[in-house]
Amino acid sequence: MAEKLKVSWKKDSHIWRLLIIMVVWFVFMGITKGGKFYSVVNFQTMFAQFPEFGLMSLGVMVCMITGGIDLSTVGVANVTAITMALFMRKIGAGSDTLGLHWIVIAFILALLMGAVAGAFNGILVSKCKIPPILATLGSGQLFTGIGIVMTNGSAISDFPKDFAFLINNRVAGIPVQFILFVIAAAVLAFLLKKTTYGKKLTLLGSSHNVALYSGMRVDLLLIKTYLISGICSALGGMIMLANYNSARSDYGSNYTLQCIMIVVLGGVDPDGGRGDIVGVLLAIFLVRALETGINRFPQISSYYISLIWGAVLLLVMVLNYLSSHHIKLFKKK
Amino acid sequence: MDKIIKKLLKRTETYIFLILLLLSVLIQARSGQFYTPNNIVDIMSAMIVPGLFAVGAFLVILSGGIDVSFPALASLTAFATTKMFLDMGYEGSVLLPLLVAVLIGAVLGMINGFFIGYLKLPAMIVTLGTSSVFKGFMQGTLESKQLAVIPAGMKSFGVSSLFTATNTQSGLSSRLPVAFLVLVLVVFVSFLVLKYTMFGRGIYAIGGNEAAAYNAGFRVKWTKFLLYVFAGIIASIAGMIRVCMMQQCHPTNMLGMEMNIIAGVVLGGTVIGGGRGTMTGCVLGTLLIVLVENSMILLGIPVVWKDVFVGLLIVIGTAISAYQVTRSSRRKGNRKQTEEVA
Repeated sequence: MAEKLKVSWKKDSHIWRLLIIMVVWFVFMGITKGGKFYSVVNFQTMFAQFPEFGLMSLGVMVCMITGGIDLSTVGVANVTAITMALFMRKIGAGSDTLGLHWIVIAFILALLMGAVAGAFNGILVSKCKIPPILATLGSGQLFTGIGIVMTNGSAISDFPKDFAFLINNRVAGIPVQFILFVIAAAVLAFLLKKTTYGKKLTLLGSSHNVALYSGMRVDLLLIKTYLISGICSALGGMIMLANYNSARSDYGSNYTLQCIMIVVLGGVDPDGGRGDIVGVLLAIFLVRALETGINRFPQISSYYISLIWGAVLLLVMVLNYLSSHHIKLFKKK
Repeated sequence: MDKIIKKLLKRTETYIFLILLLLSVLIQARSGQFYTPNNIVDIMSAMIVPGLFAVGAFLVILSGGIDVSFPALASLTAFATTKMFLDMGYEGSVLLPLLVAVLIGAVLGMINGFFIGYLKLPAMIVTLGTSSVFKGFMQGTLESKQLAVIPAGMKSFGVSSLFTATNTQSGLSSRLPVAFLVLVLVVFVSFLVLKYTMFGRGIYAIGGNEAAAYNAGFRVKWTKFLLYVFAGIIASIAGMIRVCMMQQCHPTNMLGMEMNIIAGVVLGGTVIGGGRGTMTGCVLGTLLIVLVENSMILLGIPVVWKDVFVGLLIVIGTAISAYQVTRSSRRKGNRKQTEEVA
């Protein structure tokens, strides 16, 4: 047992590090705020809040494992949310009820939209050979722009209320948003851990050339990956639509950088080839717990949150550096 | 002559220039307002801040890195400096505030440089982190608010103009701020540094192949460190000029500029992996972005379409330059490899 732990300590050091940070934070919150932090309602709120950026982070994660990145997540999420808000407004036609079947259809359409947007990114990256940073940067702006054109830059909130009501509901005390997130995360975890797709992804990330020579259809794999990211973002967009009860093209604009931060915190190598969904899930939860915890201190300006995120990110990077620099003193380009 | 044309046709800059020309003719044809003195001057003055940022971003991308922290860095320096001199009741010229801003910018650049140069952490993630820290420091610790008044010296620098151009038909006139000279100076100095100093050649070498640059004797760590300090200085100058030109300090309205600036630099032919790119291309690419952003109204396109067009521009522009890169690398002997794959 002790031996096993030791191996795991060495192998998954970033996961242990995240766990330690989290435990420290939770103990700290317990001592300073006690019951105010450890209440069912507080945790329910937290679990309802993180799926929107959590899903986007999962999308960024799969792209980053291949050595790429997806900066268009927020754009995809917003344009999906706007389209679906318009769609539901049309179907609802002024009434406040929509019916469950239309909501399911809206979800399916949203996932399709996300898939199309993601495939577009994938084609740009694989077929057009644009560096992922630029391709998704451009397409992200394009999607945001389409959203602005569709709404004239204003918010859409006059769609049937029962959509937001349904998503903001709780099943046996568990927020629906969280259930959706868990389903998405489980599917992704299965894909990454139990299928050849996951292995191929890691191989592609560690060496593009090796992947090519081993006869993998790299282009198709990349398109699939960005497609998955698009679907995650679209689902995140639908949850955002419910949480805000409106859609607008500039919602969540700071999520792009936040998602990248979470994914790196979760131990995914920005150069690709290494990454684990468990770490990312932990990081998603940690970021939310940090923010919720800080909000419990009214004397601390909420602006400090971005300072703390940045500092935590740099700290984790430096720790990773210290624990690995004696192995690769000079990193070859 | 043929040789020159052939050479020109191989360069991205030529195409960007042609696109710019085409766009301007199009705008002129639609509105008749492009080739008027006041519009040209307007675009020149709109170029100042993005142009400065672009030079910094260009140098960093050239070295194979990327910097997304410069708007936050510029905002923090500009706000801190303006607030400090405002609290002092400073009445002198703009030079002292500018100097202080440059110092702060250099220190903040050192933070980036330390993490990226000496610890070899990925530039994108580090600058994401520092950008977040700078923003948090500005909004949290300094409790930044919009400053409606700025010190007199800075204000007079912002309003002083080189000349005023008047459109005889419409009677509209625009002035070219003195700050334009700063842009010219920074571009010129950076050009010389890149071309004639060991530091500048080092940036190209590191961007091309870091290991090779190291083995050739370049001080890789030091060059990278210095580079981010340099980028920090340029960004802080841009931030100060923006405050002077706007006559007020709005701490957050520079944030979010980074993506368009980087896009402009890359459109100008700078390879995102580093090692290849020219100052001319950087300026032209930025001009293209600025032109598209500013000329929507003249083209008769509603402003809501702005992001769609800039997004399309980035996608198409980078697709073309990516195509060029693969084509030229194929020519350079990678053909064998691609054939094997096929």
